[in-house]
Amino acid sequence: MNDQIRDVIIVGSGPAGYTAGIYAARAGMRPLVLEGSIDAGGALMNTTEVENFPGFPDGIMGPQLMTNMRTQAEKFGAELITDDATELELSGPVKVVRDTAGNPYRATSVILAMGSGYRHLGLPEESSYSGKGVSWCATCDGFFFRGKDIAVVGGGDSAVEEATFLTRFANSVTLIHRRDQLRASAIMTKRAHSDPKIKFAWNKQVVGLGGDPTLSQLTLKDTRTGSVETLPVSGLFEAIGHIPRSELIKGQVDLDAAGYVLVDGDSTRTNLPGVFACGDLVDHVYRQAITAAGTGCRAALDAEHYIVSLDD
Amino acid sequence: MATVTDVTDATFETEVLKADKPTLVDFWASWCGPCRMLSPIIEQLATEYGDKINFTKIDADANPQVTSSQSVLGLPTVKVFSGGQVVKQFTGARSKGAVKKMLDEIVG
Repeated sequence: MNDQIRDVIIVGSGPAGYTAGIYAARAGMRPLVLEGSIDAGGALMNTTEVENFPGFPDGIMGPQLMTNMRTQAEKFGAELITDDATELELSGPVKVVRDTAGNPYRATSVILAMGSGYRHLGLPEESSYSGKGVSWCATCDGFFFRGKDIAVVGGGDSAVEEATFLTRFANSVTLIHRRDQLRASAIMTKRAHSDPKIKFAWNKQVVGLGGDPTLSQLTLKDTRTGSVETLPVSGLFEAIGHIPRSELIKGQVDLDAAGYVLVDGDSTRTNLPGVFACGDLVDHVYRQAITAAGTGCRAALDAEHYIVSLDD
Repeated sequence: MATVTDVTDATFETEVLKADKPTLVDFWASWCGPCRMLSPIIEQLATEYGDKINFTKIDADANPQVTSSQSVLGLPTVKVFSGGQVVKQFTGARSKGAVKKMLDEIVG
């Protein structure tokens, strides 16, 4: 069974991977989608209402939108596996993708749609506080901080959005930013400044986490003076940007300095024949569900074109 | 076929802490996106490991006592209890392979 050589394997899900799956499946390519599991469904799984996806005038919940796309891909014959790819051999005419158990899947083309993950602060104690006060998902975990004092680190739109959302539950939300003003859009910034529950810690960096068994304080360092202070909080939500999940393909596929996959012009073609990339793995500018879906569609069409060209 | 049974604040002690087998508890909530991805994995593993491990889930929203006493501050959280003690735990969705590896360490 595993000796079978498929037309296409799609690595990753989210709007890009599922849209590629829908198009490839409708084209009769019977795609295998390795959905990944840590973030199957992609970044939208952590959102609530999506109000700007065309065709849903009343909005749709992010996870529901992903479930719909998944169902649509499956309906046309995409084979979906909820597992991570752990190893990819992309250079030859037959590409090999392995899952966490080491099972190989072979295909003539591969569409990369691993998306991006949350950037972490990089503190040694950070992972031990995951689920114990440190979170990357306000919609998942905000509920646990009802009446508590918490903090959000970051200065962009997503940091402000999280802070604003968290005021529903928290007693106070301190927005910690390493600069003296937000990077967020004017409308979001205004919203944050007018919210009585949101406080600001400007020019501060989180350099330490403390508390046992759960988080109870942060150590903050002033980015200008270097002075150190503690901030008692029971929760820290990190919104300090994203990093492309290109670790697995580094050295095979050409990446830019930040780790995003480089594609040829307007296409989704990478430097390797038969390997295509789409979604947030490529795009660090627009990063929208609709733009990711659009590039997923293009990747499937590019892959289809590639496979047809092999028969010429 | 083993299934994942619901436990509550009222039944947690008897069904989990005093269980005669290692017992996995999946803390979830309806508004948690990643929980929706993890639940089917837990259900699949329940059929594979059900004879050695009890599989349970608890709605964190509806059962604040257990959620609080177990210091759950993030979802999804999975804890495995044996003899009333937590022997393994993680927070955030995981691949089936990663959860399987954890269970293999428990059943030896």
